[in-house]
Amino acid sequence: MMPAIAEERRAPRVVGVEFPFGHAFGMPGDRSMQRQVLELALRVLAGASQAGTRVDLDVEWPVPLREAYRAWQPKVASPIVKLMLESGRPRP
Amino acid sequence: MNVDSFRFLPRSFRPYYEGRGPFPGEDEPVWAPFEKRLQESRIALLTSAGLYLKKTQPSFDIERERENPEWGDPSWRSIPGNAAPGELAMAHLHLNDEDVLADPEIALPSHLLEQLAAERVIGSATPEHMSVMGYQERSLDGWRDRTVPELVARLRDQAANGLILAPA
Repeated sequence: MMPAIAEERRAPRVVGVEFPFGHAFGMPGDRSMQRQVLELALRVLAGASQAGTRVDLDVEWPVPLREAYRAWQPKVASPIVKLMLESGRPRP
Repeated sequence: MNVDSFRFLPRSFRPYYEGRGPFPGEDEPVWAPFEKRLQESRIALLTSAGLYLKKTQPSFDIERERENPEWGDPSWRSIPGNAAPGELAMAHLHLNDEDVLADPEIALPSHLLEQLAAERVIGSATPEHMSVMGYQERSLDGWRDRTVPELVARLRDQAANGLILAPA
């Protein structure tokens, strides 16, 4: 979901998916989508030839962005987000 | 096609993630060759969705996180590959849990992995997979010194040849 960050952190093999948080393997109930992700991850695991290999999956999330953006977030803000909002200052 | 890593992230959060580079002391590339064929390999999964067995395992400690918002529970849970969706619960204060609880395969596709083993895409799946809760204290105390060695030992016990890490 954030392959650029995985690369920065030196993950040896990375599969990128443009999916909302909490949905690494895709839509609930969509076995075909889940299989595409898992099979690609296995191919990259076994087939990458050097550290830093990244392969992105060309699958578009089938939910409008605004709706998907809201849907993955918790109904109650996480404690750290609450703290940031209350303090009005950025946290490290 | 390049994935946009920040498509679903609130814009104000982006600076907390982007451009920070590797953790101190982790600048060098990490690499272990994968020498076996997939068809001969035993594969394990790890999710950071905070899944646990609701009847037999404690939840990740979200109460302590509520009291100390910069802390995250560094412990881990072993999840049997044949666990039914109804046996799983999720403790992760940074995600809406509805979709994962409706279909845990979107976080930990253990049944799909078993299917790939039955189809001989892989040799086998480990009997157990692993679950952690992805929000961690920046120091990674407890994670580096305890959880990671335990996870590695468990992978070796199960003769895993490869691990798919699935961030939540």
